[in-house]
Amino acid sequence: MLPQNDSRVAAATPAAAPGPLFPFVLQLADTSLILAHRLSEWCGHGPVLEQDLAMANIALDLLGEARSYYQYAAELEGQGRTEDDLAYLRSAVEYRNPLLVEQPNNDFAHTILRQFLFDNFHYHLLKALLTCPDTQLAAIAEKSVKEASYHLKWSSEWVIRLGDGTPESRQRLEKAIATLWRFGEELTTATPSEKALQELGVLPDYATLLPAMQAHTAYVFAEATLPLPGPVFGQQGGKTGRHTEHLGYLLSELQYMQRTYPGLTW
Amino acid sequence: METLEQVLTPEEQFQARIDADVRIEPKDWMPEAYRKTLIRQISQHAHSELVGMLPEGNWITRAPSLKRKSILLAKVQDEAGHGLYLYSAAETLGTTRDQMLADLHSGKAKYSSIFNYPTLSWADMGCVGWLVDGAAILNQVPLCRTSYGPYARAMVRVCKEESFHQRQGFEIMQTLCEGAPEQKAMAQEALNRWWWPTLMMFGPKDADSPNTEQSMKWRIKRFTNDELRQKFVDMMVPQAEFLGLTVPDEKVKWNEERQAYDFGEVNWDEFWAVVKGNGLCNQERLQARVSAHEEGAWVREAANAHAAKRAAREAVAA
Repeated sequence: MLPQNDSRVAAATPAAAPGPLFPFVLQLADTSLILAHRLSEWCGHGPVLEQDLAMANIALDLLGEARSYYQYAAELEGQGRTEDDLAYLRSAVEYRNPLLVEQPNNDFAHTILRQFLFDNFHYHLLKALLTCPDTQLAAIAEKSVKEASYHLKWSSEWVIRLGDGTPESRQRLEKAIATLWRFGEELTTATPSEKALQELGVLPDYATLLPAMQAHTAYVFAEATLPLPGPVFGQQGGKTGRHTEHLGYLLSELQYMQRTYPGLTW
Repeated sequence: METLEQVLTPEEQFQARIDADVRIEPKDWMPEAYRKTLIRQISQHAHSELVGMLPEGNWITRAPSLKRKSILLAKVQDEAGHGLYLYSAAETLGTTRDQMLADLHSGKAKYSSIFNYPTLSWADMGCVGWLVDGAAILNQVPLCRTSYGPYARAMVRVCKEESFHQRQGFEIMQTLCEGAPEQKAMAQEALNRWWWPTLMMFGPKDADSPNTEQSMKWRIKRFTNDELRQKFVDMMVPQAEFLGLTVPDEKVKWNEERQAYDFGEVNWDEFWAVVKGNGLCNQERLQARVSAHEEGAWVREAANAHAAKRAAREAVAA
């Protein structure tokens, strides 16, 4: 089925192929699912009960958002696949999440920094999608942007606490920055599908999101008494299906039941 | 004329309030043994919520559908929330969460033995919800009327969520039982493993339960262990039949005269072995909690250090 609420998208979408919207919506779905999965690995093992709850909460929000995207992607594709088919029966090379979100939890500092980098992009993207001509994406953004603003507040506060906490917390955060900063750039680097949607006016040019993202990062790092990281060699590939080794293991766990018992209802 | 206060000892006045079903509140006088019993019971309950996150948490990353994953994660998160209310309720009796956790980690405080059994298949998520939460509800519903106010109020919230958990557990079992043969076999296999351990959740036989009498007198407890165990069997046997599953106890039989099910004897050796730390998962459950606490120490220290720095800066600014 074609997206019918915007004639420009429909016009650019040949009837036989799903067009650029399908891979993009799938990318959003994969991204939220993989990060939710990672956060859910903390469940029962958090540093303090309140933060265990907070991480489960964020995971639940992202999982809910992922489901909305998968359902929409399935509808766009129009081949009878369900949200579960898309999540459970695609291989790692078919997954479209950016490399950042599949990175392991490591310690709490890594989890926080991964979340901060993602939230800062996610929140600003959703804000821009509120006025998206594709009404379905706009509706999902409307539902998710408030949650994303809480996520960003939470991860920003923790970056500040860890940076301006103890020597150990600062050192751990610096290590997380050294490991994860290089995955940030992929978030705002458009893939061919994203470029096509930007040209159609469905997606904002990511350059327009950068000033607000950078201003927020500068504020948080100043509060955390941390120097802003300099330029790094960015790692990219997840959004086009080239992942780190971590994703395969994550998917083998995520997809275990569906792969072991094909075609059953749970 | 003498007032009641002059005639009755504080102990007698306290018991008179209990007998009149007046709630005891944190600032009221209470016998030291009542306070200690409650701290023991509420903290044990809080620890059970905390440790109880682990066996179900074990399946969050492998849940078979996005919907199931979401429901399971929300359920385990509810348990963390119950832990929080209960630690807070216990703190009103003059202990601290740090002290209670230290007692858990040292092995001094107990948690429900049921969580020392492993979760081996997806059907275990059904059994934990259906049977374990079902047993917990029977234990906990009377606690909504327990004599200590903060505990009773915490339990009202806990019970509402638990009954939702139990329904979703039953629904997992029902889906499996109406599914493919291997799904039904998975459900039966899980029931075989969980049935007896859930009967053990009601505690030792009344004759072997030293705290029951005093707890009943203080109205902390309102039913005995054996009464609750019988209620559970009477409730669950028909549900298992409805699902088309067989309870793994050949002695289960309806007793017309008693209007209740007869059932076999719990393996009390196994019960005491698990209570004493020799269940399959005792060591790893406790170790998981100790590790989370120890590995989280630097995070808690950082949060405190930052809060202190911020307070100092704000004091200077003011």
